[in-house]
Amino acid sequence: MTMGDAPLLSVAGLTTRFVTRDGVVHAVSDVGFELGRGECLGVVGESGSGKSVTMLSLLRLIPMPPGEIVSGSAVFDGEDLLALTDEALRRVRGGRIGFVFQDPMTSLNPVLTVEAQIVEALRVHGLGTREARRMRARELLELVGIPAPRERLRAYPHELSGGMRQRVMIAIALACAPPLIVADEPTTALDVTVQAQIVALVKELKRKLSTSIIWITHDLGVVAGLADRVVVMYAGQIVEEAPVRDLYKSPQHPYTRGLLASVPRADRKSSVLASIRGQPPSLDEAPASCAFAPRCDFVHERCRRENPRLARLPGGRRVACWWDLDKGGPRDA
Amino acid sequence: MARYLLRRTLAAIPTLLAISFVIFAILDLAPGDPTSSFPLSIPPEVREQYREALGFNDTFLVRYGKWLRQMTVDEPIALIEQSFGADAGSSRTRIQSWASRSPVMDTIAERLPQTLWVLGVSFLLGIAIAVPLGVVSAYRQYSLVDQLGTLASMVGYSVPTFFTGLVAIIVFSVWLGWFPSFYDTTHEVTDFASFVFQLRQMAMPVAVLALFNAAALSRFTRSSMLENLGEDYIRTARAKGVDERGVLLRHALRNSAIPIVTLIALQIPGIFAGAIITEQIFRINGLGQALISAINASDIPMVQTLTFIFAVLVVASNLLADVLYGLLDPRIRYE
Amino acid sequence: MTRAAPANGHLAGAMEKPAAAGPHRSLWGDVWRQFRRHKGALTGLAVLGLVVAACTAGPWVYWHDPFASDLAARNLGMSLGHPFGTDNVGRDTLARVLIGGRISLAVGLAAMLLGVLIGTLVGVMSGFFKTLDGALMRLTDMFLALPLLPLLLVTIMLFRDSLRDMLGPEAGVFLMIVFVIGATSWMQTARVVRGEVLAVKAREFVVAAASIGTRRRNVVLRHILPNVMSPVMVSASLGVATAIITESALSFLGLGFPSDFPTWGRLLFDGQNAIELTPARVIWPGIMISVTVLSVNFIGDGLRDALDPKQRGR
Repeated sequence: MTMGDAPLLSVAGLTTRFVTRDGVVHAVSDVGFELGRGECLGVVGESGSGKSVTMLSLLRLIPMPPGEIVSGSAVFDGEDLLALTDEALRRVRGGRIGFVFQDPMTSLNPVLTVEAQIVEALRVHGLGTREARRMRARELLELVGIPAPRERLRAYPHELSGGMRQRVMIAIALACAPPLIVADEPTTALDVTVQAQIVALVKELKRKLSTSIIWITHDLGVVAGLADRVVVMYAGQIVEEAPVRDLYKSPQHPYTRGLLASVPRADRKSSVLASIRGQPPSLDEAPASCAFAPRCDFVHERCRRENPRLARLPGGRRVACWWDLDKGGPRDA
Repeated sequence: MARYLLRRTLAAIPTLLAISFVIFAILDLAPGDPTSSFPLSIPPEVREQYREALGFNDTFLVRYGKWLRQMTVDEPIALIEQSFGADAGSSRTRIQSWASRSPVMDTIAERLPQTLWVLGVSFLLGIAIAVPLGVVSAYRQYSLVDQLGTLASMVGYSVPTFFTGLVAIIVFSVWLGWFPSFYDTTHEVTDFASFVFQLRQMAMPVAVLALFNAAALSRFTRSSMLENLGEDYIRTARAKGVDERGVLLRHALRNSAIPIVTLIALQIPGIFAGAIITEQIFRINGLGQALISAINASDIPMVQTLTFIFAVLVVASNLLADVLYGLLDPRIRYE
Repeated sequence: MTRAAPANGHLAGAMEKPAAAGPHRSLWGDVWRQFRRHKGALTGLAVLGLVVAACTAGPWVYWHDPFASDLAARNLGMSLGHPFGTDNVGRDTLARVLIGGRISLAVGLAAMLLGVLIGTLVGVMSGFFKTLDGALMRLTDMFLALPLLPLLLVTIMLFRDSLRDMLGPEAGVFLMIVFVIGATSWMQTARVVRGEVLAVKAREFVVAAASIGTRRRNVVLRHILPNVMSPVMVSASLGVATAIITESALSFLGLGFPSDFPTWGRLLFDGQNAIELTPARVIWPGIMISVTVLSVNFIGDGLRDALDPKQRGR
């Protein structure tokens, strides 16, 4: 993030939980981060880490009985999203923040044409005349690299391939030229080759349109090629944040280390796939001690007593851990 | 699309034939006699001649063949003749009622409007109540509206129509005197006052039938809407900035419309069954009542024809449901 | 590229909890627990129990004879001596409602059992033996296309007298009505069962069982039937409701049980002309039908919720 520029999005203290019949799930606990203009932030974590719920909470897109946003602020371009009225929020959704979801087959309405769904995004924000909107729909399809856009506009989602559908979703998200796009695991449901195409497309779009992007994934490989900075989440909290190269070169959190080590590499010989021992915790209690402690190789007494706070490190990094990996001893803080 | 329609229609024909055969076969076992309503003074030879003329003594297959031809060829021609006042010449035997000794189709044509009026209005009214109720119930799940609505639907389709009809008569005709308890089928609508009277006398049977239809349909609408409101594309719509009304109507309902419309089409035969009962209660001179009297009088041709017509209706509404499903759901359109 | 953990939907991941290691919970225990949460179903169960108890034990306890006419006490309204009033020949309405209940409930239960039996048989055979599937499904479709009420009326009209001669008035009419309703209400069950059988057949454990040589009969009995039970149970409970209503409708149209059998529907038929004079004759049997059917429907609803695997066992 270039110093001096006001961040586009500034989230602080976001806490979200789900109150279900069987108990409370603390999905997101005290999460905060910043995003600059034109920047791409990668959000990495396994299922249940809270990465999706965090971003969905920003736009209040989580189901609100059982879900509740307990506290926090999310200042986007001067306004706190979490304090907006329903109508004001509706204008932000799609108009200023575009969302790309994971599974394009179920995320597109099966009985409406592609054109109808793209045009709808324009219409609800009052953009243009009917003719202008249709032209824009065609432009958007070209922008996302869909050949023969005129025919594709009249198609229904089930007539398109997975990759095409995801391009349509991206087109919908871009429709109103929002300054921020949040992509929630957009390539997880796609074939590897198609994945690569979509990532290339997004890179190209970022370059062309200078859109800020939040890219949620569990796939470290994708993040490496796309993001400027990466945030690692575990058990509903941020455990590490760093510029992408620094994160890969010298991860400061044992979890990040474990993740990076578990990626099999063709250039290294190994007979056993490395993995992180243990299971992610159940989220039925607010964190009172380090959530990663049961699985950590560097666990000591303080870890079980106190939940580590995010500490700032030089180079625009943050880490939440009581063990200093570089020093080889407990962190003083 | 046209091919889909054609294929479906052609598939319906063997079913209809099979049904007509079953109906005819079952009824053929009936101990009925066309001369049973003759006065006793008529000598047996004359009766025998009459039976012979009506084909009563032919074998089963011959009679079936004749009846089939009458249903599919003679009657439609007679209908055309009557509508256009033409006369195609050769004398054709028409299916005759044993009780009234006039053509069955004439009686049917006479009574059809009564039945259709009450059924048609109650059908539309039922939909108009059920769908909005189902949508609101689903959107505000567990709210007071939803719970009351669900209770009302459960009660609505548990209480049989003949009971609601009778209770309606007790309350609204006997005690309150708001509506006449018996339907006057000779009543003609000539001016506003008689139109109002027609409305008043239709009110109870229509209300009874409409409430029953609405009950099942509203539950179904609710569950279909609930299912669709939980789908991912609803979240996409909200993320696009679509307002709640748009989400509900343009996205959820548009998808729910497919099974709902299909169900409505499939309910049509049930409505005709409901007509049979309502006509008994309110003494409406319609097709249902015709069937009951025909059964009681062992008037086999009337029973056969009416039952067959009901069967045609069932098959036709199944076909309609199929077609509508194909029209509304783009996913199966081009099979 | 390796994944850090298997992806199974971000929100699902957030809301899932690891399986609690608690005391062993049996399948039916779970179902009952879930059923108990459904207030309507519990009320339905209680009310149905009351109705069944009243109609079974009532006629033994109640002092009026449902068949005894007392012309001096004709067309009476509701009073302490005759809580539901009397009919046009002085028979006590409450007594007739109670004993009529026995018949109505018995018919409902028997007809449902027959329908479920036929339906399950057809469904299992259809799902299990591919050679029979096409023909059986055509048959089901045809039955579904038949206009039921007219055909029911017609069949009853035809066979009432012969059955009565053969088996005597009571058994004859009872069997005929049970048969007629059962033979026309199996189709829904057959379809549902067939669907379940096909789904279960494709599941691995059945293929595994077959591969180790388990006899087909055993495959059906031990693996398929238990899985098929839940939709069948829901179907069955709703089938009782339909059977009771159908029997009442038939009797109401004058084509069910004759006058010496005061089923609820028949009581409505007998009473409909005397509505102005003695509305109680119509109201009480009608209420009994409605309350019984409503209870059964609530129970069916509760069963459906309780047996839904998505809501159970959490």
